[in-house]
Amino acid sequence: MSAPTIAVLVAAVIALVLPFMLSNFRLFQFTQVFIYAIALLGLNMLTGFNGQISLGHGAFFAVGAYTGAIMMDRWNVPYGWTIPVGGLLCLIVGFLFGIPALRLEGLYLALATFALALAVPQILKYFEHWTGGSQGIVLTKPAAPFGLPLSEDQWFYFVTLVVLFVMFVLARNLLSGRIGRALVAIRDNPLAAEAMGVNKALYKSLTFGVSAAYTGVAGALSAVAIAFVAPDSFNILLSISLLTGSVIGGLASISGAIYGALFIQFVPNWAQDISKAAPWAIFGLFLIVFMYVMPYGIAGALRLVWNRLTRPQG
Amino acid sequence: MSALLSVRDVTVRFGGIIALDGVSFDMDEGLVVGLIGPNGAGKTTLFNCLSRLYTPNKGDIVFQGGSLLGRAPHEISTLGIGRTFQNLALFGTMTALQNVMVGVHGRTRSDFLSNALRLSWVRDEEEQIRSAAAELLRFLDLERVAHVPVAGLAFGTLKRVELARALASRPKLLLLDEPAGGLNHEEVGVLGTLLRSVKDQLGVTILLVEHHMNLVMQVSDRVVVLDFGRKIAEGAPVEIQRNPEVIRAYLGDAQ
Ligand SMILES: Nc1ncnc2c1ncn2[C@@H]1O[C@H](COP(=O)(O)OP(=O)(O)OP(=O)(O)O)[C@@H](O)[C@H]1O
Ligand SMILES: [Mg+2]
Repeated sequence: MSAPTIAVLVAAVIALVLPFMLSNFRLFQFTQVFIYAIALLGLNMLTGFNGQISLGHGAFFAVGAYTGAIMMDRWNVPYGWTIPVGGLLCLIVGFLFGIPALRLEGLYLALATFALALAVPQILKYFEHWTGGSQGIVLTKPAAPFGLPLSEDQWFYFVTLVVLFVMFVLARNLLSGRIGRALVAIRDNPLAAEAMGVNKALYKSLTFGVSAAYTGVAGALSAVAIAFVAPDSFNILLSISLLTGSVIGGLASISGAIYGALFIQFVPNWAQDISKAAPWAIFGLFLIVFMYVMPYGIAGALRLVWNRLTRPQG
Repeated sequence: MSALLSVRDVTVRFGGIIALDGVSFDMDEGLVVGLIGPNGAGKTTLFNCLSRLYTPNKGDIVFQGGSLLGRAPHEISTLGIGRTFQNLALFGTMTALQNVMVGVHGRTRSDFLSNALRLSWVRDEEEQIRSAAAELLRFLDLERVAHVPVAGLAFGTLKRVELARALASRPKLLLLDEPAGGLNHEEVGVLGTLLRSVKDQLGVTILLVEHHMNLVMQVSDRVVVLDFGRKIAEGAPVEIQRNPEVIRAYLGDAQ
């Protein structure tokens, strides 16, 4: 068996026993990790593989979350439907946003997406009739079906785990073949990519769409997991956290999404534990240390260690 | 029979500079045509017009009976025109094999959704891409570096990876922009043999931009000479070597 296969199997076993060893609150935190991991996977595709920087993915997260919340709150749609619908809607919104974004490169694209992230909480407040304004929308956590002996948090942990697994398989398939190579080719050398027949404009906007769809699925899951949405949970800090997680986990790496998600879920809490007075200073310190020690993210560092261990001596 | 490529009265201006000034020539299938001229003569500019990176201010470019000017840059490879770049344009983070696999992109079809679902025809297509690329690496004696990221490879090797990548689209017409640039004497000799076998074995028509005169005169069937954006001569290599205007252009360049 290859190293990645073993790693995936070990991770799967841990993920399956975790719900029976942790408190509901701890478990909820891991559900959050999975949700972030899905969003980060989408952001990695866009920024890591395709080279388009987004400082605004919190906006798509919000669109996914509110789509789900409104569907459940207004129309009593079962939560299972909100996940694909949130994803599809973000696919369309992301694709459409990706078209004008084609004219922007590097920092200019970062600024445009930043503007999007700034605008979204206020837009949500404006459409009060649908979104509940600043109060947000309160939902109920779904109970386990078929009389399964699982708590609400345990049940939704498993739902999220399954969605995460499916999203990872789809991403791996997409990125490891002809399309994935084309995305990296666009990032590495756009002119040469076009000369090789890659439709740069189409691929970049589609990647924007797919990336937004991943983040939208994550948003829809988070609405159910937290059972509450409010505009201020989707402020600019969320967008910046996502980009942070993506870089720390390892850009252009699929497994990096998991490491990045663990980082943005737990490191702020640790920082809080260490110093109540200055948690952000501690967080910033962590960030700098991580970047300094692992310039290619956690995934890159692990790959390096693994190569050292397996390379024949000499 | 009409020409494979027909460049008709092409003019390109950049602000005040006239990079190409009413250039016309035809290329028949199965030939190697050398395109020479002093620095700044407009050779790369012409390539960039053929790749649709630049749009001529005037004139037309006809390939296999159809104008290229209505085409987008990414359609050119699919139409059957492959190219290399004067200053290497490889995908730096990819291995040699992956670079060449991208070269197959233009003649394969799979979309985002089918790839995400890894449908069985997508797996077949991927196999075909991989074996086509592997075969080209063999042809160009690059098997050794197949799995090495190109960022760390020697210059001469990179030139060959670029050639393999351009051939991967199975072009009818191959545009080579200074393939001998930066190669040592021995490597240039190998390149000459290689270009001839690309022409003879793979049946590819070649437009060759090159400053290395021995190579050009050795492999070309015809030669087109540009100077300051104008075509100053066209003919068989022996005629070009004796042409007084060509000699003057090159001597003038050397002063
Ligand atoms: N994008 C551009 N913008 C402005 N001027 C350009 C551009 N591309 C080329 N030129 C100018 O057009 C002229 C022709 O350049 P080109 O690169 O085609 O020459 P070349 O024949 O390929 O020269 P070399 O042998 O040095 O590669 C030069 O004067 C160059 O400065
Ligand atoms: Mg040039």
